[in-house]
Amino acid sequence: MAVAASIIGKERSVQARMASPSRFADKAFEWLTLAMALAVVVLIILIGWQLWIGSSVAIRKFGFHFLVTSTWDPVAEKFGALPFIYGTLVSSLIALLIAVPLGIATAAYLTELAPLWIRQPLTSLIEMLAAIPSVILGLWGIFVMIPWLRDYPFPWLKRFFGWTPFFSGPIYGPCMFAGGIIIAVMILPIITSVSREILRSVPDLQREAAYGLGATRWEATRIAVLSYAKKGLFGAVILGLGRALGETMAVTMVIGNTPQIAASLFKPGYTLASVLANEFTEATTDMYLQALFEIGLVLFGITILVNLLAQLLLRTIATTSATRAVQ
Amino acid sequence: MKPRRSGNHTWRKIKSALASAIAFISAVLVIAPLGLVFFHLVVNGASSLNWDFLTKLPAPVGAVGGGMVNAIVGSLELLALAGAIGIPVGVLGGVYLAEYGSARINSILRFLADVLNGVPSITWGVVVYGLVVLRFKGFSAYAGGLALGLIMIPLILRTTEEVILLVPNGYREAALALGVSRWKTIVHIVMKTASKGIITGILIALARVGGETAPLLFTAFGNRFWNHSLSQPIAALPLQIFTYAISPYDDWHRQAWAGALVLVTGVFCVNVLVRILTRGRTASVV
Repeated sequence: MAVAASIIGKERSVQARMASPSRFADKAFEWLTLAMALAVVVLIILIGWQLWIGSSVAIRKFGFHFLVTSTWDPVAEKFGALPFIYGTLVSSLIALLIAVPLGIATAAYLTELAPLWIRQPLTSLIEMLAAIPSVILGLWGIFVMIPWLRDYPFPWLKRFFGWTPFFSGPIYGPCMFAGGIIIAVMILPIITSVSREILRSVPDLQREAAYGLGATRWEATRIAVLSYAKKGLFGAVILGLGRALGETMAVTMVIGNTPQIAASLFKPGYTLASVLANEFTEATTDMYLQALFEIGLVLFGITILVNLLAQLLLRTIATTSATRAVQ
Repeated sequence: MKPRRSGNHTWRKIKSALASAIAFISAVLVIAPLGLVFFHLVVNGASSLNWDFLTKLPAPVGAVGGGMVNAIVGSLELLALAGAIGIPVGVLGGVYLAEYGSARINSILRFLADVLNGVPSITWGVVVYGLVVLRFKGFSAYAGGLALGLIMIPLILRTTEEVILLVPNGYREAALALGVSRWKTIVHIVMKTASKGIITGILIALARVGGETAPLLFTAFGNRFWNHSLSQPIAALPLQIFTYAISPYDDWHRQAWAGALVLVTGVFCVNVLVRILTRGRTASVV
């Protein structure tokens, strides 16, 4: 007993002597990695703080009016962000109306309906679409998409739906509708690939039960898969919305950049991100710069809320499907 | 009794085939822009892409000719600066999440990293403008590199964490049992085993920020000449494409297409490299 204790004691002291520098290195490494991981916390605070500091004078001066008035006159130092907020929301809404059905249908095709051999190549192509830089899509938008839209689909829409306020008035080319379409192209890959992940995580038992009851392929997809994954798909849509709201270059190049609130989608618009891209380097007065920082703050506020919601939705899905798998 | 199925069953089968057809058309519509963008890039870009474009500085405003060599080199310099910030922070942060953090802290950090990934890239430009450009009174390559580097952090952090978690625990136990200290185990065994995946994540992040324009507009600012000091404005390929695309000159439009072709080729080469690195493993990239 005593011998064993003394041996253990000796061993411990040897270990302590040998291990002390390496234990210090261990701790140092752990603290170093912790500091790096905490960067994500620091960065979120840093963004909010910098945008707040940069716009504090404007916030005090314009208050709530900044968000609800629509005069944007840097010379007279009158700043109202409503046309930009309107443009951001409308263009994103158009994008969602196009991208959500297409994205979810494609995800369903990739996981449920397509022949097996086609699934992987198609998924790779969608990942490639995601890799196209925004500025290149904008370039294509200016020189290819807009002339085509102006010559074929827009006149057609005007002829049949011109009686509604949305498709009335002259067709210029760069407009809110073109902005919405280009945003739809930008967010399709993320909506499709997140939806695909969600549909893939639906347990096979669901499908087997549906087929066992004699469902056709589409019935199984609709009843057993899509409705089961409803909440997760909603999360994918909200995630797409977050990207749509912040999309900058492509939309700046095709939306026309005119701060106005017009019912017609053929009229040019302006978004929060676009006004930052266009006017930031031109801000000659302090108040102008302050107002632009406040635009940045509004954009950050909206996107952070939308992203929080999306992540919460996607996370509850992950945990419930995980707990279900455990049970 | 004969089963009552004929009419109803046929209709259900038709409906199913119809739904498959609609889903197929949707998939075609989703990838159509990819094909169209590629087609026009090659058609418009290839005819404008020549040796001058790759080796000469931009011609004076209004003059025809010249190239974008300064923008191509500038983009590479910016990526090097961005990597110097984004890679160490992202990789080591990812190591913490995979190796040390408690479940609770990790889920919070992971959540914040995902939220950060959703912050519009133009926001980073505004923030770095306030932090660096206003403070040091001038646009600079440092500011541009910082903006891109900050965008890389959450991207690399998440991919690094994912691939390190794939390393079997037996590797760690074996090393620790041999008396190797924990940090050496992590650096020499775990990270080395996961190195392919870590590099893949870094490459994806570089390809992503290499095409970013918005964060550079008012940080790197652009430059029609060579950049002689990193504390001066610097040209970048996406920035130059943007400036030329919205300009009124036909020759600049032509060069914008050529620049776009170069940029897309670069981005896709990296993506192909990634595919080769991850062959045989299905990486889920969200």
